[in-house]
Amino acid sequence: MHLAYPTVLAALLFCTGLYGVLARRNAILVLMSVELMLNAVNLNLVAFDVWLSKASRETLHSGQALTLFTIAIAAAEIGIGLAIVLAVYRNRGTSDIDKLRDTAEGHESEGPDSDALTAGSADGAGKAEATA
Amino acid sequence: MTTTTLAVLVPLLPFLGAAAGLLLGRTAPGFVRPLAVLPPLTALALAAVVAVRQGGEQAIDAHTELTPTGSVPIELALHIDGFAALVAVLVGVVATCVQIYSTGYLRDDPRYPSYAALVSLFTSAMLLVVYSGDLIVLLVGWEVMGICSYFLVGHYWETPEARAASIKAFLVTKLGDVPFLIGLFALATDAGSFRITKILGAVANGGLDHPTIVALLLLAGVAGKSAQFPLHTWLPDAMAGPTPVSALIHAATMVAAGVYFIARLLPVFESSQAAMVTLAVMAAVTMLGSGLAALAQDDIKRVLAYSTIGQLGYMTGALAVGDRGAAVFHLLTHGAFKALLFLAAGVIIHAAGTNSLAAMSRMRGLRDRVSDAYWTMTVALLALAAIPPFSGFFSKESVLGAAEHVVTGHTEHAPSAAGWITLVAGLLTAVLTAGYATRLWLLAFHGRGAEAPDHGRQPLTMTVVLWVLAVPSLALGGLAFRVLPDWFDGRDLTPTLTTSVAGTGVALVGAIVTYAAWRHTTTLSARAPLGAVAAHPEGDAAQVEAEAIASHAPVYGGVAYAPDPADPGRLLLGPLHRHAAVGFHLDAVYAALFVRPVQAGASLVRFLDREVVETYVRGAGALPRLLGAAVRRAQTGNVQTYVSALLAGTVVLAVAALLVATGA
Repeated sequence: MHLAYPTVLAALLFCTGLYGVLARRNAILVLMSVELMLNAVNLNLVAFDVWLSKASRETLHSGQALTLFTIAIAAAEIGIGLAIVLAVYRNRGTSDIDKLRDTAEGHESEGPDSDALTAGSADGAGKAEATA
Repeated sequence: MTTTTLAVLVPLLPFLGAAAGLLLGRTAPGFVRPLAVLPPLTALALAAVVAVRQGGEQAIDAHTELTPTGSVPIELALHIDGFAALVAVLVGVVATCVQIYSTGYLRDDPRYPSYAALVSLFTSAMLLVVYSGDLIVLLVGWEVMGICSYFLVGHYWETPEARAASIKAFLVTKLGDVPFLIGLFALATDAGSFRITKILGAVANGGLDHPTIVALLLLAGVAGKSAQFPLHTWLPDAMAGPTPVSALIHAATMVAAGVYFIARLLPVFESSQAAMVTLAVMAAVTMLGSGLAALAQDDIKRVLAYSTIGQLGYMTGALAVGDRGAAVFHLLTHGAFKALLFLAAGVIIHAAGTNSLAAMSRMRGLRDRVSDAYWTMTVALLALAAIPPFSGFFSKESVLGAAEHVVTGHTEHAPSAAGWITLVAGLLTAVLTAGYATRLWLLAFHGRGAEAPDHGRQPLTMTVVLWVLAVPSLALGGLAFRVLPDWFDGRDLTPTLTTSVAGTGVALVGAIVTYAAWRHTTTLSARAPLGAVAAHPEGDAAQVEAEAIASHAPVYGGVAYAPDPADPGRLLLGPLHRHAAVGFHLDAVYAALFVRPVQAGASLVRFLDREVVETYVRGAGALPRLLGAAVRRAQTGNVQTYVSALLAGTVVLAVAALLVATGA
């Protein structure tokens, strides 16, 4: 199989994920989009690993090994992320990212809960940045 | 112990007492009073031993150099001649009396420990000035006295008068001290040494290049310290301090230091005719002006303050005619009777509850309430007015006699102009002195009106001291004028017939005229107001005095002035009274000449700092603040916006990297 197919598929997947991260309002959908992007990267890793081992330039299959790491980390990440989203939803009654703007300039925190929320959404942002 | 060791201990003991008093004042209050009284007492005993051993013989000189200090060496030196020995005894007597008196006067004062320590430090500084044989060491004592007077005059710092007076005393004396310091350096450069003996040796060999400049510069410092015209204005205001401090400053320390300094370095001054004439003019203006001002004062202590200025004028007059024996003789007797006058005035203020003569002249029987103060003050006032045989008579006659000697051309040192100025001013001042002494006595003790308030007996410590000081006030002059020439220059101090008759005559005239004026005006006192009276007459004397000072200006409209038609001074001075009461507007002149320009300069600097410099500082802060506000707008709280920005940045970087990589 030519290398172009998996890479194009990975690029499409990544763009879909990126669009989801940037455009979706629901936090769960954003997390799903992040998973898409991660998987696009996984696909790339595996494809290039195969391509490079064919050319006998790399025989350790480090790309595949790294993919396993990424999958494991993605599982952990999605677990924590969904837990946070669940907590936010229980607290606020919504998981709409547009409404979780506690870190905005000039925002007055209303209660003790908002601190935890702020931390949660900041976490989410950090993760989004990391995955992007 | 050798005499030198004893002499070193004399200034050291009060200094150690002061240090111990300051350290132990809070932790061990029981030690404060012994620590206040014993060191000056011991110093007095040692000073007396030193004086006896010195005995008016060859001066005791000792010196040691701690460390090399550059071109002109500074040495720790003692120079004890007859003058130093006797003045030290006087300082010891007055300081001891003041400390004993203060234990009663400030017995309930919460700040007594620091007060007593400062008085001890003051005494120690004066003794250092007296014994020092090195001008820089002398200057140390001189300046320590300046700062101590600042603290002590401002003892009642709760009152605005005391705060203003302490700052004024400090600034005015410093104004004189700056030229004084320059003068000392000029003198040492000319003579090649700070040692008094070497300087006097250089003067004797004609080694001074600029005697006039040096003498005039030194004179400025002396005028500030000894409260001579035109730097005398701090002294009447210094009355805002407690009475024992006034006694100490006015009798033995501080003001005496200036006169004593000239007496030590008289040959330097004598080598310049101009300096001697300046000294004489200064003395004459001081004497006459202060005499007139004293007649117009309402505060009993301000009368005494102006009288001190006048008597110091006599001393500088004696120095102007080149007779330091007469000057120091008057310094000694004046120290005794002026300390007595102030301490007695403190007792009177306590008993009457007011410091206003106008109020006292409306009290009957004040003299029976404080009979000790009455009798001792009578003695002291007679001495002040120079009535024979009281001590002031002999010393004042020796001054006038010295002036007459110069006028008749018996001495070669002093210009005859100085003699004439001193003699005429001295005789005129004798009239005024007798006048204000009589006025004080009549108004304070011969009032009529309501019965004087009864505040119980005065503390024993306060009355015994008065009698102790009354002895030298009465007898020192008569006993000493034959002996003193052996201690001093050997010049005769016996009163001459001409000046005695003239001096006593004019003094009697002054007294009688004042008495007549008082008889004339006293009937008016019935329908004039009663004065300010302290709110807590049962408190200790210091509290009564502080309240009296504080209430004087609100009641009468001025610290020195009282609208009292029954005042004989008002009748005698006529239209001059208004001006004399405020010290001939000298304070107003200084305010216009110095205070206001300085304040205007200060407000200019304030403007430059607040408006100009601050603007740049604020501008430097405002720009980053503005930028920060602009950047903060990006913080929307929407995570997706941040990610979009991140993506955009990544794309830009990727494109840039691509372009660089392809070499476009």
